[in-house]
Amino acid sequence: MKVLVPVKRVIDYNVKARVKADQTGVDLANVKMSMNPFDEIAVEEAVRMKEGKEHHAAGTVDEIVVVSIGVTQAQETIRTALAMGADRGLLIQSDADLEPLAIAKLLKAVVDEEKPDLVLLGKQSIDGDNNAVGQMLAALLDWPQATFAGKIVLADGKATVTREVDGGLQTLAATLPAVVSVDLRLNTPRYASLPNIMKAKKKEIAVKAVADYGVDTAPRLKVIKVTAPPTRSAGIKVADAAELVSKLKTAGVL
Amino acid sequence: MAVLVIADRDGDTVRDTTHKTVTAALKLSGDVDILVIGQGSKAAADAAAKIAGVRKVLLAESAGLGHQLAEAVAATVTGLAGGYDAILSPATTDGKNFMPRIAAKLDVAPISDIIEVVSNDTFVRPIYAGNALETIQSGDGKKVITVRPTSFDAAAEGGSAPVETVAGADAGKAAFVSEEMVKSDRPELGAANIVVSGGRALGSAEEFHAVMDPLADRLGAAVGASRAAVDAGYAPNDYQVGQTGKVVAPALYIAIGISGAIQHLAGMKDSKIIVAINKDADAPIFQVADYGIVGDYKVIVPELMKALG
Repeated sequence: MKVLVPVKRVIDYNVKARVKADQTGVDLANVKMSMNPFDEIAVEEAVRMKEGKEHHAAGTVDEIVVVSIGVTQAQETIRTALAMGADRGLLIQSDADLEPLAIAKLLKAVVDEEKPDLVLLGKQSIDGDNNAVGQMLAALLDWPQATFAGKIVLADGKATVTREVDGGLQTLAATLPAVVSVDLRLNTPRYASLPNIMKAKKKEIAVKAVADYGVDTAPRLKVIKVTAPPTRSAGIKVADAAELVSKLKTAGVL
Repeated sequence: MAVLVIADRDGDTVRDTTHKTVTAALKLSGDVDILVIGQGSKAAADAAAKIAGVRKVLLAESAGLGHQLAEAVAATVTGLAGGYDAILSPATTDGKNFMPRIAAKLDVAPISDIIEVVSNDTFVRPIYAGNALETIQSGDGKKVITVRPTSFDAAAEGGSAPVETVAGADAGKAAFVSEEMVKSDRPELGAANIVVSGGRALGSAEEFHAVMDPLADRLGAAVGASRAAVDAGYAPNDYQVGQTGKVVAPALYIAIGISGAIQHLAGMKDSKIIVAINKDADAPIFQVADYGIVGDYKVIVPELMKALG
């Protein structure tokens, strides 16, 4: 079985995003960039499937292809996934900040070429927070979708996925091929070992242009402005619980 | 311009996330219809018909719709889309699951998690975990939008809209297997008027429940937790408040033993009044708290229970 894992290069999880003074976006100059944390979990799960670790049967997955759509430096993100255990990479080079619908259309074109049995990706990127690409890719392919996966079992031509939903867990069986988006608690991604980082340097990354796929990536949304959220100011310290209760009663919330 | 709101059904009724989404929809148009999807949902449709300002309620039923499977919901909604200029759903896990699928089927760019309607094509939504707000204008003829319920007031009851039955599609290549819902007598985290949240300082699952449960019961509050407490296994995942969990905005939020990481603040900073109890006077949570007590929760929480009487 072949798994396709789309990954995105985003601002590092530990860096606080700051809005540009001209309100055109978030300042990414000289900011540390990393693989989107949810995508890292998707790569880790694909590698565990290939390794036959945990509940995954050995030999379930034999090839992992990683694709990223973005700037030239996104090759570093692909290289990270290759060091974790993915087999080869594809960069669709674009300097434009493409919208989720355009990304889904490009990924559909990649799926048409690569013919994977499973697309495994993060449920959302921590920059745009749209939570949309996986669902839209499934729609365009007319494949079933299983979002927010906390557990994935591949057997009998199906992905049985336990999803983290409001109020608890829901388990679905999606007939393969399918799109599965992953949530935080699916696994804890590994750190690549030095030998694997060295090995990853020899793995292939194909580079293509958006134009090679002939899909419509024109923006549908216009960003009017990006602003900082209103800040809350610190209140007062109270001496003890009795004073707190009296303040809360005065404020009318008790 | 007509707007379709997809209801958040809860058994024989609809959750107030539906009422809040209706408020957002009424800012776009006076012609707002509600779609109730499920199986055996007539009572829920009748409940939705009582929301003030609603033109009519559509009821779609099938086996696949009973579990809100994205394939069935998308096929049902795209069949109705011709009559609407905008389709809205609350940004629940169900809404987040099926709305982008609907958008892609309609070749529309979805707009996720709006917190403000600026005009009928311009919206504000948080990005970067709420560290920035983006104002975007949609050029699509049809809008597909999820609405952050805590950012809108609930539409009032008092309507009497007619209920019509429409065709419900089936799921196709995905099938429901099972679900495990957490049973609780407490209010739902996303809708509660008071939320008490515990952090990693509580140290164990037993201690978490021993401290938080009686306080929540005394206040009629929902229990939340920081991601650190969830990751440590002290509280279940659906308690998680923050960027990666639930976004809440209760009248009163009490944070106990929570330091206040950016990712937690993103999920609760819109609460009306925030109280922080933490023994570290420099904890970032105090920078957003209206009232803070510096001290050990082991001392403060029993005192608080006593002061509440």
